[in-house]
Amino acid sequence: MFDTGGVTASPSPSFLHTGTDPATDSALDSRVDPRSTLRRLSELIRPVTFAREHTLPVLDPLVALLPDGGLTRGSLLQVCGVGATSLALSLMAAGSQDGSWAAVIGLPELGLVAAAEHGLVLDRLALIDAPPTRRGAELVAAVLDGVDLVLLDARMALSGVESRRIAARLRERGSVLIMVEPVCSMGPRPSLSRTSGPRISTTRAPAAGASTAGASMSQAAGGWSPDVVLTVAGSQWQGLGEGHGMLRRRRVRIDAIGRGRAARPRQLEVLLPAEQGSVDVSG
Amino acid sequence: MSPAEQRSADRVVRSLVLRCADWPLVAAGASPDEASVVIGGGRVVVASPAARAEGIEPGHRRREAQRRCPSVVVHHPDPDRDARLFSAIGGALEHITPRIELSVPGIAAFPTRGPSRYFGGDHALAIQVMNAVSGVMVGLGWPDSVGIGVADGRFVAEQVARSGGVTVLEPGASAAFLAPLPVGVLGRLELCDVLRRLGIGTLGAFAALPAADVVARFGADGLIAHRIAGGLDERPPHTAPPPPHLTVSIELDPPVERVDQAAFVAKGLAERLHSGLEAEGLACTRLCITAETDTGACNERLWRHEGALGVGAIIERVRWQLDGWLNGPTLLRPTSGVSRLTLIPDEVGPARGRQLGFWGGETAADERAMRALARVQGIVGVAAVTVPEVRGGRSPIEQIVRVPVATVELTASRSALSGNGRELLTAPWPGRVPTPTPALVLPEPLPALVCDQRGSVVAVSGRGALSAAPATLGEQNVAGGAGGATGAFPITAWAGPWLTDERWWDPVAHVRRARLQLLLADGRAVLVCCEHGQWSIEGWYD
Repeated sequence: MFDTGGVTASPSPSFLHTGTDPATDSALDSRVDPRSTLRRLSELIRPVTFAREHTLPVLDPLVALLPDGGLTRGSLLQVCGVGATSLALSLMAAGSQDGSWAAVIGLPELGLVAAAEHGLVLDRLALIDAPPTRRGAELVAAVLDGVDLVLLDARMALSGVESRRIAARLRERGSVLIMVEPVCSMGPRPSLSRTSGPRISTTRAPAAGASTAGASMSQAAGGWSPDVVLTVAGSQWQGLGEGHGMLRRRRVRIDAIGRGRAARPRQLEVLLPAEQGSVDVSG
Repeated sequence: MSPAEQRSADRVVRSLVLRCADWPLVAAGASPDEASVVIGGGRVVVASPAARAEGIEPGHRRREAQRRCPSVVVHHPDPDRDARLFSAIGGALEHITPRIELSVPGIAAFPTRGPSRYFGGDHALAIQVMNAVSGVMVGLGWPDSVGIGVADGRFVAEQVARSGGVTVLEPGASAAFLAPLPVGVLGRLELCDVLRRLGIGTLGAFAALPAADVVARFGADGLIAHRIAGGLDERPPHTAPPPPHLTVSIELDPPVERVDQAAFVAKGLAERLHSGLEAEGLACTRLCITAETDTGACNERLWRHEGALGVGAIIERVRWQLDGWLNGPTLLRPTSGVSRLTLIPDEVGPARGRQLGFWGGETAADERAMRALARVQGIVGVAAVTVPEVRGGRSPIEQIVRVPVATVELTASRSALSGNGRELLTAPWPGRVPTPTPALVLPEPLPALVCDQRGSVVAVSGRGALSAAPATLGEQNVAGGAGGATGAFPITAWAGPWLTDERWWDPVAHVRRARLQLLLADGRAVLVCCEHGQWSIEGWYD
C-alpha cells in the first residue's frame, strides 16, 4: 500500500515488523476487526520526525544513559557530583564533533586542555564570563539563540521567573542547556553524605534502586526544573600508588533520573576519563 | 585594441618609492652596527648589514645563521609593531603629498606628478622627501638606511630605491634599467624557477618574449609579470573611479578612544564593504581608510595589497592606522576620540572568486553563532567573550589561553587549532604532567599545605626527592598555620614529583616547580604544585 521507503518514524509502527505481507492482508480484510485497520491507518499517517533532528548525538558509552539515546533538543540537564565537569564535557563532545557550536557561561575554572581531551572541538567553542547581576537571563537567552550546546555555571544566581523564561526559550530554540556545579573548594562535599544531599520527590513509588539517585526534580536550586539529572558517584581512580604511578582512569557510576520519558531511573558504570582522555565503557 | 587604447594602456604613473631596507629590524629596536636578524617560520626574513657582512642571507635557517655568526641577535616578527611605527614615516610625508600609499611596512609610494611640479622637479622632490624622513630615521638610530627612487611605475621605482640614497630615473629609461636585473626580483617563485630552467635569467630576456606566447604558457599572472618586466605598470590605470555607493562609513557615538573598540566597529564595516564589493563582482586592491574626530582632525591613508584585501586584512590595517594615530607622537595625536570611520575602495579589480570548499568554510551554524556572540559582546563587554587558543606549555593553565573573540576571525580556519595546535598540545614537553589533565584548573593557584604524618610541611629537594611521604592536604589560612577546623584531608595515594625548571637563563623569570598528583580519602584527585617551598592547588580532577 503505502511505500514508506527509507523513512522510519520514531517509534516505528509495530505492523511494519510483522512477518505478514500487506498485499496478502487485503484478502483477509473483510474478516479483520475494523479497529485494527483504524489503528494501522493512524500509524501510517502519523507525522514522521527524523530522530536525528530532535536529538543531538552523544558518545556511544553514554547512549544508554539518556532516554532518547541522545540529548533531546530543548532539554535542560543538570549534572552534579564529583566528576560532573568531565561528564558534562563528554556529553557535549559528540555534538561538537558533529558540527554544533558550544558555549560556556561562567566557569572560569574550566580546563580547556581537558575539554580538548574529552573530544570538544576548540574551533567551535566560545567562553563567556559570568554576566553582571540582573542581566543573566538576557545573556543566557542571547547565547541560546545562536549555539546548540550551552554549559552553564550553576553558581549563577537566577530567579525562578528568569529560569522559567529561559526554559521556555530553550524549548523554542531547540538548544541543550547543561548546568554543572564545579567541585573546586576544600570544604566538605554535601553530595557525598547521602543524608545531607537534596531529596527525591517522586510521584509514584520507584524501585529500590532509585534511592541512590540523590537529586531533586522540582526543587533544584534557583527554581530550575531540569529534564534529566545526572549524578556522578562512586569515583575510583586507578593507577596511583604510594609514591609511584600516575592517575590513569577513573571508574564512576552515573545515576540518571528525569521527568517524563526519563522518569525511569537508569544507572551506568563507565570509565570517565578513560586512558585516552575521553569516556569509555567500563572494562 | 585601438592605438589610442594601446597608448593609454601603456601609460604609466610616475611614482616615488621610499624604501627602508630592514624595517622590521628598525621597528624591533636593533642597532645597525650589531648583527641581528628577524626569524619567522624558522628562517631568516631580514638581516642587518652587519649580519649580511658575516654571510647571513635571507632564507637561511636559524642554525645556519647562528653558525655563521654565533653572536647574532634574534628578533621575532611582529607586523603590528612594524606597521605602527611605519605610520610615523607616513606622518612625516604628509606635508608633501596627501596620497601616501602604504603596502608593506617599509615601503611607501606616491605619484609624483603634482608634488614634482610644486617642488620644482623630481630631484628636488626626492631631496625634500629624504630630508623629511631622515629626521625620523636618525631618531630611530638608523641614519642611512632609506632609499628613494623616482621612476615610471611603482615596481621600477622600487628597484631603483634599492640602491640606496636618492636616485631619479629619466622617463622612458625603465626598460633599459630593468634589463640586467635577475628574474628573481619579480617575487614570483614558481614562475622564476621555470624561467631560470628555460634559460631566461634576466628581466630583459623575459621582456623580449612575445606577449602572446607568455600568456599561452604562463596565463594571466605571467602576462602581468611580463608587463612589469617590460617597465609597464602591472595594470593599466583605471580612468573611471569606482562607484561611490561602495563607500561605507559609520558614525561612532560616543567617540571611541581605544584602538580595540574601533577595531571591533571596523569589523562590521569591513564586512559590509566586502559584501558590497562581492555583489558587484569586484575585489578591492587599494583602500582608503579615513578616520575623523569631532574637532575636525582627520587621518587618511591609502593601503595597497598585492592580492585582494579580505575582511581580516582590512581590520588589521584599520588597527595599524588608528594605533599609529591615537598612540603616536603627542603632537599629532587627536584631542578627542574617533567619531567617524570611512572605508573608500580606491582601486578595484574584477574578483577572481573564492573557491569555497564543498564541506568546509562558513556554514549556517557558524553564522548563527557569530551573530549570537556579537550580541553577547554587547551585554557583557568585548573582553568577556573569549575563544581558546593553543600556546603550548607545561602546566594546564599555560597550554591553552583565552583570547577575545573580537580579535580573531571566527570563520577562517584557525591553524592554531587544526594542525599546528594539535602538535603543540601533544608535543613532548619535558616535565609536563601526563594526560588526563585536570578538568578544573584554578586561574589563581590556591595556597595549601601538604603535610606528612607528623604535621610538618613536605619539602621537595632540588633533585626531586620528597622529605617525607605526604599524608594530609589542608588549606592554608591567612595566619599561615595548618588548617585545623576546615579539616585536613587525608591522602590515600600520591605520585610524582614532576619537576620543571623553566627559564634557567633568566634570573628574573627563573622558576622551579614540582607537581604532585594526590588522591584524597573522599575519592577526589588533585594536582598540587610546590614553588619555593610553598604548596598550592593547581587543579582538581573533577
